Amino acid sequence: MTTLAPTSSSTAAPPLPPTPRRIGAPLRPRDFGWADAGILAASLLSSFLLVWVVFYQVTLLSGIFGFLLCWYAAFLALYWVVTTQVVDRQAATDRTATVVVVTGAFLVLGIVAFIVGWVTWKGVGHLHTNLFVKDMSHFVPADRNVLHQIGVLHAIVGTVEQVGIAAAIGVPVAVTTAVFLNEVGGRGTRIVRTVVTAMSGLPSIVAGVFVYSILVETSVSRYSGLLASLALFILILPSVTRTTEEVLRIVPGGLREASLALGASEFRTVWSVVLPTARSGMITASLLGIAIAVGETAPLIFTSFGNNNMNVNPFHGAQAALPLVLYDFVRQPQGALIDLAYATAFILLALVLILFVLARVLGRQRSTSGALRARLRSLFRPSARSGGSENPSPVGGRAGRPPLEILTVSPNPKEPLLP
Amino acid sequence: MAIATETVGPGRAPLTPATIRNDRRKGDRVFRGFARGTGYATLVLLFLIGLFLFIEGWPAIHVAGWHFFTTSGFQTIGKTKHFGVEASLYGTVVVALVALAVGTPVAIATALFLTEYAPRRLRPFMIAVVDLAAAIPSVIYGLWAIYELQPNVVGISGWMSRHLSWIPIFKVATPQVNASLFIAGLVVGIMIVPIIASVTREVFSLTPPGEKEGALALGATRSAMIRRVVLPFGRGGMISAVMLGMGRALGETIAVVIILSESFFISPHILQSGGTTVAQLIAVHFGQGGRLGTQALLFAGLVLFAVTLAINLAASAIVSRSRSGAGVDL
Repeated sequence: MTTLAPTSSSTAAPPLPPTPRRIGAPLRPRDFGWADAGILAASLLSSFLLVWVVFYQVTLLSGIFGFLLCWYAAFLALYWVVTTQVVDRQAATDRTATVVVVTGAFLVLGIVAFIVGWVTWKGVGHLHTNLFVKDMSHFVPADRNVLHQIGVLHAIVGTVEQVGIAAAIGVPVAVTTAVFLNEVGGRGTRIVRTVVTAMSGLPSIVAGVFVYSILVETSVSRYSGLLASLALFILILPSVTRTTEEVLRIVPGGLREASLALGASEFRTVWSVVLPTARSGMITASLLGIAIAVGETAPLIFTSFGNNNMNVNPFHGAQAALPLVLYDFVRQPQGALIDLAYATAFILLALVLILFVLARVLGRQRSTSGALRARLRSLFRPSARSGGSENPSPVGGRAGRPPLEILTVSPNPKEPLLP
Repeated sequence: MAIATETVGPGRAPLTPATIRNDRRKGDRVFRGFARGTGYATLVLLFLIGLFLFIEGWPAIHVAGWHFFTTSGFQTIGKTKHFGVEASLYGTVVVALVALAVGTPVAIATALFLTEYAPRRLRPFMIAVVDLAAAIPSVIYGLWAIYELQPNVVGISGWMSRHLSWIPIFKVATPQVNASLFIAGLVVGIMIVPIIASVTREVFSLTPPGEKEGALALGATRSAMIRRVVLPFGRGGMISAVMLGMGRALGETIAVVIILSESFFISPHILQSGGTTVAQLIAVHFGQGGRLGTQALLFAGLVLFAVTLAINLAASAIVSRSRSGAGVDL
């Protein structure tokens, strides 16, 4: 199958006379010419026709998904067999594997595009200004006439407040934990890192149930937006900690040592050298954590509970939130509510998308002050620089690859090194 | 060592390590203590989650005993109390297994595409799209699944139940094939793809380039190189990525609640309508069943917490011990 096996014998044996190449065999495994494209197209077409005959004419099956699955399987089999006959088995396996990998990846991309496009397409048509200026206090589930008179402003306010408080607590705690893991170190680093990793897989519903159990235990407060913030904080904390730690790890040690050698204290080094260097990466980490927290529904059921009326006070009383309202709409049996659900879903997804794009845009540059517009413009025109690195952070590579970029950039070329 | 003894020589004083005075400034001690305390606070937080759920949920176990794990249902009010998580645990595992069966191959193909196949210029954009999939709220996945995915998938479900019914799990007792554990697992499978893909991608990207180039130089095709170098190198990472995805799948709530119609019957026929998971049990029955009901749900939450925590800890242990895991955080 592979060409790796005979290497050991070839070193000892005298050089073999060159065997004549098979006609049509590729010079290199990856060569792919017009004839090969023809095989691909012909396999696609003939497997389509074959499956069509079998599926619809002989066995009388139905369902577009089933048809696509059968077509795909038949195509892979046919393509492998034909390429084996025309070229050779190695090339056949390689090309079939390529087809599998490429279709798998494009399936994922397609699903994401499908979901985003579907929500946008369904949601934009049902948007109206009342959605953004009214709450649901006049909401009567059975009355279709009020549907245009209600809005989700109360839910937008609730989401912004809850996620805002969660981020305001969560990001500093996460950054401090990451500083402990990467800058302070010492005893307990390993176990804290393991626990943070394990916590990042904590089901969101468990966070909600936990906060609810505190509520039951203390029995001093009832549902409130603050409790929701607490649950969201538990969910934000591990992901922001892990990403921030990763960003801190690629801050070059030379910068730290230079700062310490100049006599700065450890706190000063972290505060004035390490954290500013890692700033854009930390902003990305925080915004991604917030984007995920915006969409969390399960913990809110137990904590902020939901409310049809506007409640701007996150510290007292049940409060609505966008995902919670959407969840209620989806579960209602009335068909008319689905229009509201689509509109709400679009608002929620737009919020997540904005945060996500902001995270990417801000993460690509050193300073957050300028060049935002330029970045937005070049977002879909990937530059040669970002092409090489898989890491969105500006500092460069990770383990193994020296972070060359910052080493060459950091001495300011405008100032002479020697006076 | 030989050089060292020569340079010291007989006449000179023996080399002693210079003592470095380690009198840290007071501010630094405070800083270190503060950072360390915050780090330890996460340990306390995790401990508190388990403790509170245990304390608040224990009375339910006091009533039900071990039957909590061998009973299915949620009847906590009235004379005959009949509640437990057996069917829910079963459904949770089934949904997670279906999700893994669907999601793992797609996720690994995606990770391979992103590391080995994708054009360099397109790579950052595609990685961003896959990451975006992880940020889409699960309630939107649920909305999409019930209005777009399910109507298209019941055809496959029906087809499988008719033509593959000789495989026991694909048999159905009732003609309804919507709202099933299979479809719930399918949705969750789509949702865990980005998580598995991002961890495996990171592991694959750490494959030593020398070994990959060596394989290609010996004439291996790209697929042979992946099979002989990338996949064996990334095995530990792939295993832990799959376990991480499984942890997510076990705890997924909202999408499952939207899709699955609740029934407490344990049935091996995954295609037929009805089923329940632990997370669904908690979300749907919250607020019902009085005080005992709340306690039972909190203990169910503890069970879910313990299971996912164990799986996640095992995953991080595996990835940190495998060769591929060096330098990877889940």
